[in-house]
Amino acid sequence: MVTLTGRAGIWLVVLFLAILAVAAAADTGFAVHMTIVALAAAIGLFVTLSRTDYAALARGALHAPDASRYDDDPIRWGVIATVFWGMAGFAAGLFIALQLAYPVLNLGFEYTTFGRLRPLHTSAVIFAFGGNALIATSFYVVQRTCRARLAFPGLARFVFWGYQLFIVLAATGYLLGITQGKEYAEPEWYVDLWLTVVWVAYLAVFVGTLVKRTEPHIYVANWFYLSFILTVAMLHLVNNVNLPVSLLGSRSIAVWAGVQGALIQWWYGHNAVGFFLTAGFLAMMYYFVPKQAERPIYSYRLSIIHFWALIFLYIWAGPHHLHYTALPDWAQTLGMVFSVMLWMPSWGGMINGLMTLNGAWDKVRTDPIIRMFVMSLAFYGMSTFEGPMMSVKTVNALSHYTDWTIGHVHSGALGWNGMVTFATLYYLVPRLWNRQRLYSLRMVNWHFWLATTGIVFYAAAMWVAGITQGLMWREYGADGYLVNSFAETVAALHPMYLLRAFGGLLYLAGAVVMTVNVWKTIAGSPLRREAPMTDTPYDAAQDRPLVPAVAAE
Amino acid sequence: MKGATTMTATTHKPPLSTHAKIERNVTILGVLAFLAVTVGGIVEIAPLFWIDNTIEKVKGMRPYTPLEQAGRDIYIREGCYVCHSQMIRPFRDEVERYGHYSLAAESMYDHPFQWGSKRTGPDLARVGGRYSDEWHVQHLADPRSVVPESVMPMYAFLKDRDLKAGEGGTMIGEIRALATTGVPYSPAQIAQADADLKAQAGQGDATELAKRWPKAQPRDFDGQPDRLTEMDALVAYLQVLGTMVDVNAAAAQEDLARETGR
Repeated sequence: MVTLTGRAGIWLVVLFLAILAVAAAADTGFAVHMTIVALAAAIGLFVTLSRTDYAALARGALHAPDASRYDDDPIRWGVIATVFWGMAGFAAGLFIALQLAYPVLNLGFEYTTFGRLRPLHTSAVIFAFGGNALIATSFYVVQRTCRARLAFPGLARFVFWGYQLFIVLAATGYLLGITQGKEYAEPEWYVDLWLTVVWVAYLAVFVGTLVKRTEPHIYVANWFYLSFILTVAMLHLVNNVNLPVSLLGSRSIAVWAGVQGALIQWWYGHNAVGFFLTAGFLAMMYYFVPKQAERPIYSYRLSIIHFWALIFLYIWAGPHHLHYTALPDWAQTLGMVFSVMLWMPSWGGMINGLMTLNGAWDKVRTDPIIRMFVMSLAFYGMSTFEGPMMSVKTVNALSHYTDWTIGHVHSGALGWNGMVTFATLYYLVPRLWNRQRLYSLRMVNWHFWLATTGIVFYAAAMWVAGITQGLMWREYGADGYLVNSFAETVAALHPMYLLRAFGGLLYLAGAVVMTVNVWKTIAGSPLRREAPMTDTPYDAAQDRPLVPAVAAE
Repeated sequence: MKGATTMTATTHKPPLSTHAKIERNVTILGVLAFLAVTVGGIVEIAPLFWIDNTIEKVKGMRPYTPLEQAGRDIYIREGCYVCHSQMIRPFRDEVERYGHYSLAAESMYDHPFQWGSKRTGPDLARVGGRYSDEWHVQHLADPRSVVPESVMPMYAFLKDRDLKAGEGGTMIGEIRALATTGVPYSPAQIAQADADLKAQAGQGDATELAKRWPKAQPRDFDGQPDRLTEMDALVAYLQVLGTMVDVNAAAAQEDLARETGR
C-alpha cells in the first residue's frame, strides 16, 4: 500500500510540476515539451492506479514474479521499440535523401526542412533504433551470461520507458527547432539531464546484475556493454555542459566555445561511433554469433587484447574530424596516428567473430540469420578499414566535407549496426515469445538480399558523389582559375543522389519485410507455407539400379 | 627431457591468465575500463585550454551584437550547420573560392562552434559582405530563384515572423548567459541588449547603439523597414561572418607568419 501511494504520489507531483512549467514557460517549444511530460505523468498515474491488484493488496500478499525465469518483459518491449524506431528512422532517411534530389520536398514549412529532419533521422537510427537494441540485448545477455535475474526490476522498467520519453522529447524538439547545434548531441539541456538520470539507472541495473551473478567469470560481451555504458556517460556529461538561459525555457548556452568546443564535440561524436555503435554492438556480436552458430568464440586471448586496445585507442581518434581546420596541428596528427592504429583492434573483433564460424561455415548457405551476421561483420571490417584510411590527412583533404563521409558512415551503420541488429532480432523474437521458430525464414533471406543490395547502391553512389565533389572543388583549368562554381558541383551530384535514394528504398523495403515477419511471429500466426531454405536433392527417377539396356533387334 | 616438461608446466602460466582476476571482479573491470577511456581525452583536449598559441592573437574580434546573436540562434535552430561549414581549410582552391583560411580566433566567441562537417552548400565562414541584403532575403525565401542548381530548403517564413528575441528582456538573459561562459560583454552591453537589438535593425536610436557597438552595421536587413523579423536577424548574422578580423591586412599577415608550432 505504501509503495502504491508513493508511486502515485510521485506521478501526481510530476504532473503538477509539468503543468506549472507549461503555464510559466518562456517559449512555445518548452511549453510543448512540458505538455508531453505532463501527458507521460498522467499515463503513468493512470497505469499505476488501474493496474494494481487491489484485492491482493488488501490481503497483504502480492503475486511475486517467478524467480525461476529470467525477467524478459523489458526486453520484449525493447524488441518492439527497436523495430518501430528503426522503421521511423529509415523512412525519415529516405525522405531526406529525396529532399536532396528534389528540394521541393522541403514543402516550405519550417517543420519539414532538411535542416530539422536530418537530426531527426540521425537520432532516430542511432539513439532510438540502436539505443533500444543495445538496452534490450544488454538486459537479455547480462541475465543469461550471469545466470541471474535482472537486479532492480522496477528500475529496469524505468530505464525502458524513460529512454522512450527521451526519444520523444528529442525528436519533437528537432521538429520544433529546439537544438544545441552540435551534431549527434542536439537535444537541449533538460533533455540531456533527463537522459543522464535514465543512464545512471541503466548503469545501476546492469552493474547490479553483474554483482549478483552466479557464474564466476564476467563474459566478454559484458565487458563491452560495461565500457559502452561508462564511456557514453562520460562523453554525454562533458560535451553537454550548458548554461540554461532560463530554467523555464528551452535555450541554453554551451560552455565550450570555438576550437576547444570543436574538439570536445568530435571527441564526443567519434566515440558515439566508437562506444555506442561499436563497443555496444560488438557486445551483441560476442553473444549472439556464437549462440546462432552453436560454436564457442574463436579466441579468448584475442578478445582480451582487442577489447583493451579498442577502448583505449578509440578515444584518441576524434581530431580526425577536424583535419586542416583551426585545430592545432599536433592534435590533428595525434588523432590521425591513433585512428590508423585503431584499424588493428577493430579487425581483431571482426576476426574473432568470423572465425567463430570455423567448422560451421556451411550454415552461411543454410541459415539466413548466420548469413546476416557474417555480412554485418564483413561490413564492420570494411568500414573499419575505410575509416582509418580516410583519417590520413592527405586522403581527408579530398574526402572531408563531401558525401564520401556520408557513404562511409552508412556502410558502417546500415551494414554493421543494421545487419547485426536484424539478425539479433530474428534470434530473439521466437525465443522471447516462445514460438517454435520465425514465421518465415524465406523472408529473412529476402530481407538479407534487399538490405545488401540497398547498401551497395548507397555506398557506391556516395563514393562516386564524394570523389566527384572533392575533385570538382579543387579542379583548376589551364588558365590557372578554378573550373567549377559551387552550384555546378551541386548539379553534378543529382544522379548520385537518386541512386542513393534508391538504395535507401531497398533497405527500407527489407525492413518492412522484417516488420511483417516479426509481427506474424509475435502474433503466433501459423508458419508461412514455403520451401525450406535447403533441400537435399532427391530425384525418384534417378533412384534406380542401372540395368543394361536390351539391344534393339 | 621429462624434467624439462615439468619445469615448463610449473613455472609458465598461459599468457594473459592474470586477466582472470579482472574478469571476476566488477569493480576492477569497471575502474580499469574507465581509466582506459579517459587518457586520450585528457591528453588531447586539456592542453587546448592552456597552450598559448592555440588561439591566434589577432585584432578585430568582438562578441556578436544582440541582433547578430539572435540571427545565430536562428541559424542553429534551422540546422544550417548540417549543410554549411564555417571553416575554410588552408588549400589553394578553398582560399580562392571562400577567402583566407579560418583562424581559431574567429570562432572564439562561438558558443557552440559551427564549423560543420559537410558542404552540401558552400562554406559560409566569410560570406559576410559578399552578397547584398536583398540577395540574401531573396535567396533564403526561394533559393532556386537566384541559384537554379540549389537544393536548399525555402525559408520564406522567416520574412513573415516577428523576431521574438529582444521582447521582454529575453536577449538580456541570453547575452548575460554568454557573458557568464566567458564572452567579454560589458555590463552596459548586457543591460541594453534588447534596445540595441532593435536599434541595429533600424528601429531605435542608432547613436546610442554606436556608443556600445561602434562596429555594428545598423540598417533594415529584410526590406521591410516597418517590421523586425527573423529574416532581419539571420541576414545581420550572415553579413558579419568572417568580417571582424581583417586577415589580409599587412599587420595580420605578419602576425600569422610568426605563428609556429600550431
